[in-house]
Amino acid sequence: MSVAPKNNAVAQDNKSLTTSALTKDLLSTAIITFLILTPIVALKTTMNQGVLTISERWWMTFVFVAIVVGVRLFLHLFVWHKAPSASTSTRVAVAATKSNITEAIAKNMATGLLIFAIVFPIFTFFHPIWDKRVMDLAVYIMIYIMLGWGLNVVVGLAGLLDLGYVAFYAVGAYAYALLSTVYFPQWFGTGIIPWAFYITLPFAGLLAATWGVILGFPVLRLRGDYLAIVTLAFGEMIRLVLINWFSFTNGPQGIEVPKITFFGLKFKDEVGSFSDFFGIAFNRIHAYVFMYYVILAMALATYFVTKRLRRLPIGRAWEALREDEIACRSLGINTTTTKLTAFAIGAMFGGFAGSFFAARQGFVSPESFVYIESALILAIVVLGGLGSQIGIVFSAIAIMGSFELFREMDFMKAVLPSGSEPIQFRMLAVGLAMVLMMRFRPRGFVTRREPTVFLKEKKSVSADLVAEGHG
Amino acid sequence: MQDWSKDPELQVQHLTMRFGGLTAIGDLSFDAGRKQITALIGPNGAGKTTVFNCITGFYKPTEGLIKLRHPDGKEFLLERMDDFIITQKAKVARTFQNIRLFSGMTLLENLMVAQHNTLMRASGYTIGGIFGSGHFKRAENEAIEKSKYWLDKVNLTERADDAAGDLPYGAQRRLEIARAMCTSPRLLCLDEPAAGLNPRESDELNKLLLSIRDDHNIAILLIEHDMSVVMGISDHIVVLDYGRKIADGTPNEIKNDPAVIRAYLGVEEEETPADVVEAAVNAPAVAAPVKRIAAKAEPKKPVAKKGGRK
Repeated sequence: MSVAPKNNAVAQDNKSLTTSALTKDLLSTAIITFLILTPIVALKTTMNQGVLTISERWWMTFVFVAIVVGVRLFLHLFVWHKAPSASTSTRVAVAATKSNITEAIAKNMATGLLIFAIVFPIFTFFHPIWDKRVMDLAVYIMIYIMLGWGLNVVVGLAGLLDLGYVAFYAVGAYAYALLSTVYFPQWFGTGIIPWAFYITLPFAGLLAATWGVILGFPVLRLRGDYLAIVTLAFGEMIRLVLINWFSFTNGPQGIEVPKITFFGLKFKDEVGSFSDFFGIAFNRIHAYVFMYYVILAMALATYFVTKRLRRLPIGRAWEALREDEIACRSLGINTTTTKLTAFAIGAMFGGFAGSFFAARQGFVSPESFVYIESALILAIVVLGGLGSQIGIVFSAIAIMGSFELFREMDFMKAVLPSGSEPIQFRMLAVGLAMVLMMRFRPRGFVTRREPTVFLKEKKSVSADLVAEGHG
Repeated sequence: MQDWSKDPELQVQHLTMRFGGLTAIGDLSFDAGRKQITALIGPNGAGKTTVFNCITGFYKPTEGLIKLRHPDGKEFLLERMDDFIITQKAKVARTFQNIRLFSGMTLLENLMVAQHNTLMRASGYTIGGIFGSGHFKRAENEAIEKSKYWLDKVNLTERADDAAGDLPYGAQRRLEIARAMCTSPRLLCLDEPAAGLNPRESDELNKLLLSIRDDHNIAILLIEHDMSVVMGISDHIVVLDYGRKIADGTPNEIKNDPAVIRAYLGVEEEETPADVVEAAVNAPAVAAPVKRIAAKAEPKKPVAKKGGRK
């Protein structure tokens, strides 16, 4: 609600500030565009039975001119003149209220998002056709938010560039798959299968953390690009092992795994299932809503644990490590264990998410853990703003949501070469997001760093001062 | 036997550091007294920072012994320890020639990071801290109090919640000293703490260092080119040239040491300034440039150049 008046204020602001200049600018834009477009668009030459004729398309020219002027007006109002308008003395009051509003929004953003996330499934009941797809998408996005938060520990806080994060996701998924289908039934009998997800979850996290440490050890001495390359290789290694160790992982064919249950009650149309137990009609949406809440709880756990860790000495040491490793050592901080804990905790969250992913799909195969997934998660973290947890929510929604949009874009088929599916072009969304980011927000959505402790007043630190880490 | 050799905090014996064919430090021995300020001076490239890096474990010396003795009798052989263990166990803290603060973190956070090991133990290696143990909260409050004390000491309390990178240069130098002090060291190694400070600031620095020595009973090892700082506060000066010790004594002895004058001001150089040449040739005039050192008129780096020296 409070956003609308703010935008109006800014818009009026700019108009009153530069009305005459703006008119002049737009007029000259229109004239120049018109002159350029006249030969290109307005006058079209066609060969008509050997005779060159000119057909006129003035309406099209005017549409183009209108678009150019419109875009320029938009840029004037919202992009180019923001800073000067705020600095003018008469606008100080406006600027002050504006920053108050932004602050208030920022302060309550987390709470607002949390409430929205909790009540979100209710909306789906009003949309019976879309509900399953919407819930499925929400679950999907939530997995990536959780992965983003997990990777944020490694990349955002400790400043260690990890391009193989998907390896831990895979370890978590396969830990669940193998334990629930092979080992648990062997050790404890088949009765345990409905409960497998809940029992396996801690093991999946533990295994992934172990692998985080195993990866961490050899790469401790590497920094920057070298670290990135080795982690990338590690991600690929795990995938190749999963493909080739046929006797253990069933290779590229993957493994069918039990789907998630409501604490032992299956989501199926049968006796003893969730709907039967509660005496309600079977509806597949139940499974989706339940999965949504499970992943929400897991993601929130990630969020709060990370938030807590940041305020503990270990979290501060991570950030100090990102800022200056040598200074850390001069203060008696064991950078080896500090790096390893960052790797282990980041990997653990990845493992939890992987385990959930397997239970959601009911199937795991190495195909789900390709390099592009790592890149995607990293893109989410970078776009959100390194170290910022709220930023990651927005970037995950933006990137994963736009992927889904590409799936829906039937009109794209008209533009694209015949035979290609719009979904194949979804990486364009990431590319576009990255280009826009480079131009407008080079340090991601949320650029300011919140201090972990303060004496009198909590002042956030500008991104210019915060190091990005050297790997 | 000199004052500082009776009960030395730090003993450096036959320290040699070679980088390939280059001998950065050759057979260096000196003692740093307890509760004393020991200055390590010498022309650029004399190996002063290399000595520091050996003492603080950033380099492993090729030969030699570096022994640190706490007042309670505990002994540490620093050349065998890792850099962070030296700070943790042997209680040696250092600052850097090119300031190394955590610029994206606030002043208070910088000082809290310096108390990492204490806090880490108090938080039960994170596990207690996650569940919000009272023990950790008390330890954290103590750490904040300690940080406040040092912020106050270096006159930066007002800016406690600002980013360290936002501070002016002189304040960053002071903050780095405060941060080193937050590790509760026995020996504080300062690498050119007065570089880039104006005269008023270096005066304040002198007071701060004297207070650290006298009120906190901490030995200080100092690399400095600013003679007003070196002569003003040191109890003991060690002079290095080409990685070798050329003089060792009280400020007064050093002022009049011919070897030091030669190293600093040069002899028989074609490019040396006229007065220096005169000083070298004419023995009684030797006192003139030395007076300049003593009179704190020397702003930063001594003028002398030697052939083939960078």
